[in-house]
Amino acid sequence: MDTFIRVSAEDFSIADEVDKLTNANVDDGAMVTFTGRVRKRNDGHDVTGLFLEHYPAMTNKLLADICQQARAKWQLNRIVVIHRVGQLYLGDNIVFVGVTSEHRGDAFAAAEFIMDYLKVSAPFWKKETRVNGNSSTDKWVEAKASDQEKAGHWS
Amino acid sequence: MLTVLFFAQLRERLGTDKLIIETPAESWTVADLTKHLVDQYPEWQKSLLASNVITAVNQQVADKAQALKSGDEIAYFPPVTGG
Repeated sequence: MDTFIRVSAEDFSIADEVDKLTNANVDDGAMVTFTGRVRKRNDGHDVTGLFLEHYPAMTNKLLADICQQARAKWQLNRIVVIHRVGQLYLGDNIVFVGVTSEHRGDAFAAAEFIMDYLKVSAPFWKKETRVNGNSSTDKWVEAKASDQEKAGHWS
Repeated sequence: MLTVLFFAQLRERLGTDKLIIETPAESWTVADLTKHLVDQYPEWQKSLLASNVITAVNQQVADKAQALKSGDEIAYFPPVTGG
């Protein structure tokens, strides 16, 4: 029943995280992982990268709390949640959520729940670099109502 | 003493990420602190009083009526956009 949480500027290796979830684990028949990455289009704009700011003292607490909520709802064994901060570029990893459980239903649901709650409650802010021809501007990403609605479906 | 933190757009608009309030009044709430900040820095009014500003006390989201005590860390920030 281990929970691994990491907030870091460092990249992560999906293979290493999968190993953390599965190493010497013969209790669980299911592992679900999600990786969020930087894409080139957002909200109708071309993007070359983004900067992630966070509230260090609060992010770890918040992520631990979300994992606790997931454990209260589903039968879960190992959980890994990683979120990167700082300057990221196209194709870079941003976030990783991995969950193991005996059967797939719990792991699927919990991974989606953790992502949905992370998106609306964990204190991270994205500032993206938009390009238009030769000029580029840095813009804070606006929160989406659709993310709030999605998180609302779990309560 | 209170520590007041600002993040993201709010930090940029206010031009500061941290304020220390050495001698807060007794029995302040979050709303009282906000009023004090707006009194001190009238140009912050629009940013701090925007309806989407979130406040946290000691790293937990808190509403405006929450009472503060010496040593608390209060953060003001816009809606989060991680993930």
